[in-house]
Amino acid sequence: MLYFIEQCLNGIQLGMLLFLLAAGLTLVFGIMDLVNLAHGSLYMLGAYFAASFAALTGSFVIAVVLAVACSLAAGMALEVIAIRPLYGRDHLDQVLGTFGLILFFNELVRLIWGPAGMTLALPSPMLRAVQILPGVYYPAYRLVIIFAALAVAAALYLMVMRSRLGMLIRAGASNREMVGALGVNIKLLYTLVFGLGAALAGFAGVMQAPILTVQIGMGENILILALVVIIIGGIGSIRGAFVAAILVGLIDTVGRAFLPDMLRLMLSRDAAETLGPALSSMSIYMLTAAVLVFRPEGLFPAASR
Amino acid sequence: MAEPLLEIDELTRRFGGVIAADAITLAIPAGELHAVIGPNGAGKTTLIGLLTGEITPEAGAVRFDGSDITRLAVDRRNRLGLARSFQITSLFLDVTALDNVALAVQAHRGHSFRFWGDARREDELRDPAQAALDRVGLGPRAAMRVDRLSHGEHRQLEIAMALATQPRLLLLDEPMAGMGPEESARMVALLRELKGSTTILLIEHDMEAVFALADRITVLVYGRVIASGEPAAIRADPAVREAYLGEGEAGGADGRRKGAP
Amino acid sequence: MTARLDSSLEAAPRLRLTAPAAFNIVLIAILALIPLYARLSGDGFVLTLSTRMLILALGAVSLNLIMGYGGMVSFGHAAYLGIGGYAVGILAKEGIASGLLQWPVAVAAAALYALLVGALSLRTRGVYFIMITLAFAQMIYFVAIGLDRYGGDDGLTIYRRSQFDGWLDLNDKTLFYYLCFTLLLAGIYLVSRLINSRFGLVIRGARSNDRRMRAIGFPTFRYRLVCFVIAGALCGLAGALLANHTNFISPAMMHWTRSGDLIVMVVLGGLGSLFGPLIGTATFLLLEEALSRVTSYPDLILGPVLLAVATYAHGGIAGLLGGRARG
Repeated sequence: MLYFIEQCLNGIQLGMLLFLLAAGLTLVFGIMDLVNLAHGSLYMLGAYFAASFAALTGSFVIAVVLAVACSLAAGMALEVIAIRPLYGRDHLDQVLGTFGLILFFNELVRLIWGPAGMTLALPSPMLRAVQILPGVYYPAYRLVIIFAALAVAAALYLMVMRSRLGMLIRAGASNREMVGALGVNIKLLYTLVFGLGAALAGFAGVMQAPILTVQIGMGENILILALVVIIIGGIGSIRGAFVAAILVGLIDTVGRAFLPDMLRLMLSRDAAETLGPALSSMSIYMLTAAVLVFRPEGLFPAASR
Repeated sequence: MAEPLLEIDELTRRFGGVIAADAITLAIPAGELHAVIGPNGAGKTTLIGLLTGEITPEAGAVRFDGSDITRLAVDRRNRLGLARSFQITSLFLDVTALDNVALAVQAHRGHSFRFWGDARREDELRDPAQAALDRVGLGPRAAMRVDRLSHGEHRQLEIAMALATQPRLLLLDEPMAGMGPEESARMVALLRELKGSTTILLIEHDMEAVFALADRITVLVYGRVIASGEPAAIRADPAVREAYLGEGEAGGADGRRKGAP
Repeated sequence: MTARLDSSLEAAPRLRLTAPAAFNIVLIAILALIPLYARLSGDGFVLTLSTRMLILALGAVSLNLIMGYGGMVSFGHAAYLGIGGYAVGILAKEGIASGLLQWPVAVAAAALYALLVGALSLRTRGVYFIMITLAFAQMIYFVAIGLDRYGGDDGLTIYRRSQFDGWLDLNDKTLFYYLCFTLLLAGIYLVSRLINSRFGLVIRGARSNDRRMRAIGFPTFRYRLVCFVIAGALCGLAGALLANHTNFISPAMMHWTRSGDLIVMVVLGGLGSLFGPLIGTATFLLLEEALSRVTSYPDLILGPVLLAVATYAHGGIAGLLGGRARG
């Protein structure tokens, strides 16, 4: 039972990370109609920045702040230099172009930081386990991730719903030309939105670095999960991304933890050993398939443009 | 009395807060040319979508030749005999007029799971296509690339494509849109000629054409049928005049009606 | 996408070459002579690289069928390479070495997965379709990693190439090269017939204007599905060849970056042109090879090159050469 609660929390934590990634991805797609496969690269850069800054300054918190700032800057620079020509283009061209960016960034990281990964140590207070329920202990840092992501989600919600920038974003999502015609600097808006997405991705990369990984190619694996999240949640919908991210995080984590055991109950040992890992990684895709069959627009389709 | 070919029964559809189709009821007997008119935003496009199958209604039914087609897929309806022309040119621009119509013929000549042979050489497809083009008056232009045809010729081609599917009901979506007086007259002549052999549901803005061709007219305003009957009755109907014809909509600012007797 | 049906009513040539025909013929001639060159110069590497190129080109030809002509951008096409390869590898490990059994199974397995993926994914369009095919390829990738018996993450060596009862010895590199060469040309020929047939016109029309196609009575979904399956099957064959070529199978064959590579090869050569996939594959592999000799960080150049191609060179190389390639 305790194990189950722990796995659920892990699932939510993974979901939070996925949300941070998916939010940026869905924003950029919803507003600029851009498929950005290099989003995972920004996630990777965030992690590497953090590892370097932590090594330089010795402080985890400073590293986080600096890394997110650098991700924001990197995102905006990338937008101006490489992404702009891709707006309005065929999605295939965007896929191809951003695929090229993935290759470029992986190689760049290899050049600057070397082929071996890096590590980012947690400050000791966060290593403790915290008692959240009687008898239930959970690593403090993982709780930090969950709450930090929730805070970001809340801030994002407030920004999109209450601020002027958010209003422009929502307007741009439903009618690009109109917003431009109103005299708003569309170029700047797009750069900011892209930068925001990059910052979110970078933040996710930073937060997961101490417990998961900092290595080349880390962006691609999680990017696919993020894509699945926005398909299930509905492209362009942040609320959808939130719900779907938690769903995906839970199913993936709990599935991996319990599916092999459940299979062992039903099948022979050998069959369970072979099928277990394969099926648990498939669970997400089966969910995606189910959503596609019954509700192709996603769970919370954003208002169509 | 024979059963109507097309029966529309309390068809309703909402988009968000807007009622685009409000319990539309209509019956069209075979052989009739029935026109549907109404100001912009009246729900004509929605009606077409509901009839062709691109939109599903929230309530109501559509019956074609007795069978319920309310939720039938677009292509199935066409194979049953319901063909449409598009208002905004929706043709294959890079190939010839004949190629376009031949495709429409192909859809109704058995299946297309033939992986060999050159479909562009099949007389079985090209002869009927040429015939359809001849019928609408585009015969001599069959070998012309579609992007080199005039706008009026595009509209003719749209009709040829619909005809090539051997329809029992032709759903024409503003076939005269964007046409000058000469082209319009030609289109009216064509429609008059088609009138005998095919049932036609004509959505149009051009009042002159509508009153010249229609056996019966239905007026749609804000998704509702406000009048339906013979042209003379429609012209005299006060509600219609007020809502539509009286606004000087088709005639311009001075309120003169286009197509006044 | 601004795709269009091919034009020209007058005496349409059966085999429509969109890059200038002369270029294609020269290319074929060069490829036919590679083994001779390899023998004379003693450079075995050229033969190996060229064989790989032919095999991947077959995969690209199959992707071009659905992408270039059908407008279905699949970001999971490497899955079929992998399935074909794994069919050969698994059967070989289980003691079934005959190519006459392995290869049909490879093709059938790939076709089956394509049927499954297509049936689910073809309900979506555009970017959804791209992402879904990507997700399904990942799924099969993870399944492969989980197959401990067949090497899991490390992969599996195939000790004996597919056996053809003595009349074909695949260990003979020259013979194997010409086999791949023949199969590639056969694949291109197959596609050329397909695209001009009734079936092909439906597929191309659906790419151009699916709504219009349905309005005239075509149930386009089933035609696209069949096209998708054909492409998957053809790619499965390429996978079987690849497994034989490298004597090795591993999940990396179906990693999504491989799917990306395939897309690059097709687009580079020119979408919707018959010989484009071959040109694109050759270019891509040569570029990769050249860059890796010049620098230890080849992707630093390759990446931006791809971006540039995506941004500026719509018709791919076939388009640049003056052929009628569609983008």
